[in-house]
Amino acid sequence: MLKIFAAFVKKEVFHILRDTRTLIILFGMPIALVLIFGYTITNEFKGASMAVYDEAKDELSQDLIAHITASGHFELITLSENIEALDAAFKAGDAKIGLVIPAGFEQDFYKEKQTALQLITDATEPNYAATLTNYASQMIRAFQQEKGEVADMPYQIDLEMRMFYNPKLVGAYTFVPGVVALILMLICAMMTSLTIAKEKEMGTMDLLLASPLPPILIILGKVTPYSILSFLSALVVFAMGYFIFEVPILGSLPLLLGLCLLYLFVALALGVLISTKAQSQQTAMIISMFALMLPTMLLSGFIFPIESMPEILQFITKIIPAKYFIIIEKAIMLKGAGLESIWQQTLVLMLMVFVLLMAAWKNFKVIYK
Amino acid sequence: MNRLLYIVQKEFIQILRNRTLLPLMTVVPIVQMIVLSFAADNEVKNVNIAIVNQNHSMYARQLIEKINAADRFRLVDLPPSAKQADALMQDGSADIILTIPSAFETDFYRNKSAKIQLLVNAINGQQATVGASYLAAIIQSFNNEIRAEAAPQFVVQRVNPVPRINIESSYWYNEELDYKHFMIPGIMGELVTILVMLLTAMNIVREREVGTIEQINVTPIKKWQFILGKMIPFLFIGLMLLTVGLTAGKLLFDVPMRGNLAVVFAYCVVDISAVLGLGLFISNLSDTQQQAMFTTFFFVIIFILMSGLFTPIESMPQWAQYLTIPNPIAHFVNVMRSVLLKGSGFADVAYNFQATAIMAVVFNVMAVWSYRKVN
Amino acid sequence: MQTAIKTESLTKTFGEFTAVNAITFEVKEGEIFGFLGANGAGKTTAIKMLIGLSRPTSGEAKVAGFDVYKEAELIKQNIGYMSQKFSLYEDLTVYQNIRFYGGIYGLKRKQIKEKSAQIIETLGLTEQAHKVVGSLPQGWKQRLAFAISGVHDPKIIFMDEPTGGVDPATRRQFWEMIYQTANNGTTIFVTTHYMDEAEYCNRISIMVDGRIDAMGTPRDLKTQFEAESMDEVFVKLVRGK
Repeated sequence: MLKIFAAFVKKEVFHILRDTRTLIILFGMPIALVLIFGYTITNEFKGASMAVYDEAKDELSQDLIAHITASGHFELITLSENIEALDAAFKAGDAKIGLVIPAGFEQDFYKEKQTALQLITDATEPNYAATLTNYASQMIRAFQQEKGEVADMPYQIDLEMRMFYNPKLVGAYTFVPGVVALILMLICAMMTSLTIAKEKEMGTMDLLLASPLPPILIILGKVTPYSILSFLSALVVFAMGYFIFEVPILGSLPLLLGLCLLYLFVALALGVLISTKAQSQQTAMIISMFALMLPTMLLSGFIFPIESMPEILQFITKIIPAKYFIIIEKAIMLKGAGLESIWQQTLVLMLMVFVLLMAAWKNFKVIYK
Repeated sequence: MNRLLYIVQKEFIQILRNRTLLPLMTVVPIVQMIVLSFAADNEVKNVNIAIVNQNHSMYARQLIEKINAADRFRLVDLPPSAKQADALMQDGSADIILTIPSAFETDFYRNKSAKIQLLVNAINGQQATVGASYLAAIIQSFNNEIRAEAAPQFVVQRVNPVPRINIESSYWYNEELDYKHFMIPGIMGELVTILVMLLTAMNIVREREVGTIEQINVTPIKKWQFILGKMIPFLFIGLMLLTVGLTAGKLLFDVPMRGNLAVVFAYCVVDISAVLGLGLFISNLSDTQQQAMFTTFFFVIIFILMSGLFTPIESMPQWAQYLTIPNPIAHFVNVMRSVLLKGSGFADVAYNFQATAIMAVVFNVMAVWSYRKVN
Repeated sequence: MQTAIKTESLTKTFGEFTAVNAITFEVKEGEIFGFLGANGAGKTTAIKMLIGLSRPTSGEAKVAGFDVYKEAELIKQNIGYMSQKFSLYEDLTVYQNIRFYGGIYGLKRKQIKEKSAQIIETLGLTEQAHKVVGSLPQGWKQRLAFAISGVHDPKIIFMDEPTGGVDPATRRQFWEMIYQTANNGTTIFVTTHYMDEAEYCNRISIMVDGRIDAMGTPRDLKTQFEAESMDEVFVKLVRGK
């Protein structure tokens, strides 16, 4: 029996290896994802274009403009002539923030000790607008202190701030665990559900089931190669994180990999369950896409913080396996935690494997017995 | 010309009869839009905070109350020792630990300077910094309050005031900083593009797997007729989806529509033409549906992440910004946001039209070229 | 009688492998020409070159008077094709399939109406006309596929193993349809590996390893190889080399 099984797995592996394009994508995708997240996805800003409307045109206003542009955070693009021009610049996407310096700026500042500036942002993107306003305000305040020579005030509460686990605030600390969770889910669950659905579509599933191999081994034979592939993919992501982006693995590596395998089983069980439901590859793909890929990206805490979601969505995230796996990964890799801190999440994943397999098995029996 | 119509008719019948495709084109995108717009919220809320209070003075109690009252923070615990607080951070139940040292009040009065310690779980960099800076702002304002009590002479400086610049900030187009108004138009553009691309990529390769493509190839039909016949139905589907999405956005979320919707629809036609070409090209080059799907996924994920949908394109390094030029989703997202939220006109988004039109020509030439009737 | 198909040393190679090796033959108008051979003998490759799905490596061929190199699109207007794989859309109804194929062959609306009425009646599918093809039994699907391959009244119909996986009774019915079509003057070019079917053809050629090893009427071939049946002819031919 084992011999037949080995032969069967060999056949599947052969099929996969012959399809070089899919292989390239399977390994190219994680690499591309890590590179994109590592180098291009950032909420920091540099070189935001600022339009200045300087009604004062005095020495102090020139100084202020020079002060702001010298930082490198803002690029002075257009010196717009009036407020309408600012609207046009926003609409065409030429400027993101506008600064209005009123007439008599210098005189007000020194004589009246009181002057006002206007910062206008294109707030279609609220966070970006808030960040820009914040940066610009800070610069203006620094400028004010420099020009006004303000002394330190007594009765001060000093804040001593320390960033834990990720002192340099490296983005890779969040995305490497996320990409691993996504890749394992994508390759494992999606590929399994697709191959099995394909056999069904082509009518070859019946042929396989008529063979002396028990059905459970047939399914195992189909999923084994993809499990290995996705595990390798995950290793590639960990390695890239470690060597390129210096994401540490403080905790135990065997524990991390072991729990990786557990999560992989969840993905496999999901894939098998989908394939027992789906009659065609198209259906399998659509289910995988909308039930697996998008939730794993969006509802797992990978890209968006779960804490900020409304109650209902927070509730839904409780059934997303990737959520638990990401917590586990971060705990082991970044906090150096052991099993005692993450046993709850581990237990949830185990429970998921069990329930999903039971459901898949029940479906399978209904169809083939 | 007539032959073209027969292909269009056949594709429509097939699409409408397909039980999996229909919900995919109607219900799913709407659900997606709703879920996404709630999930894709980058606002920092509900930061879990644990406070180690070693001082027990009135000021310390006031500060704790003030933090607890701020709706961005959730006071999870008041552990007695730093060690217990560390455990809370280790198991993830606290994001920030604030320690008020035992000498807090005495230092404040005697030395005119007190210290507060803030430990931040910085694994998620953005959350951490934003959360911490909110907390710093709260403490700052608390500081001002108690300073006014302790030493009023420093607050009211009538005699020789320091020159001040008051900053008046205004947020145009989105005064309430509503994140949903920002996300929904972008998500619509993204969904239309993905759906059309996936459906077309699966289309020709499916006929190849089933074997009907051979039958088509022995008919005298022209390549362009066949390709165009495949595209027209999907163009309609894309436009229909956009219409449904806009309606839902208006009714459910009251997304503003300041610009001319004709610009949005006109752009949508150009964008779909480009995406259709790419989808068919992938389909032509694939032997199996599995291959087609994975190739499409690969593109879709990269397109989405680099579209500016979640993070601003201006923040990307220059080389990555160039890579967004051949990305139809990036252009679609920008057109949707500019026209709907800012009321941009055609001239404002002409660049997006040009770039997408060029893509449409290139992708479609590739699609027709790669579709071989003869091998 | 005029010539429907004429080839001269038609050859197709894939790299080192020669799938079709310099075959030369002629098919007359109105003939039922059988193209026999074991699986992998090169039948499908040969047929694909004749209908313009595959470009020949060398040699000459004319189909319905048109050159396969230069006038492939003109050939397509004049031939019908029924492939090994079932090639109708299973998710379209009987009527929709006829209308679609009639449409892309450029038939007028009125012609399509007449044709579909005629096909549906001949096949006795009146009740099933608005059911999806996927729900029909295999034998009916195949006869429908054949009828649709002739929807534009082509001069020649090519069939690549049309009767695979069908029971003998249905096969006989199928051949009756072929005879009727041939009686109306349509040339039939059919490949098969069922030797009993060969008996139904006017003339046959037998392909072995990419070459045509024998050609003639079934009776001629049986005499030539001193055999009782076509089966025996085939066995002798394959063993003889």
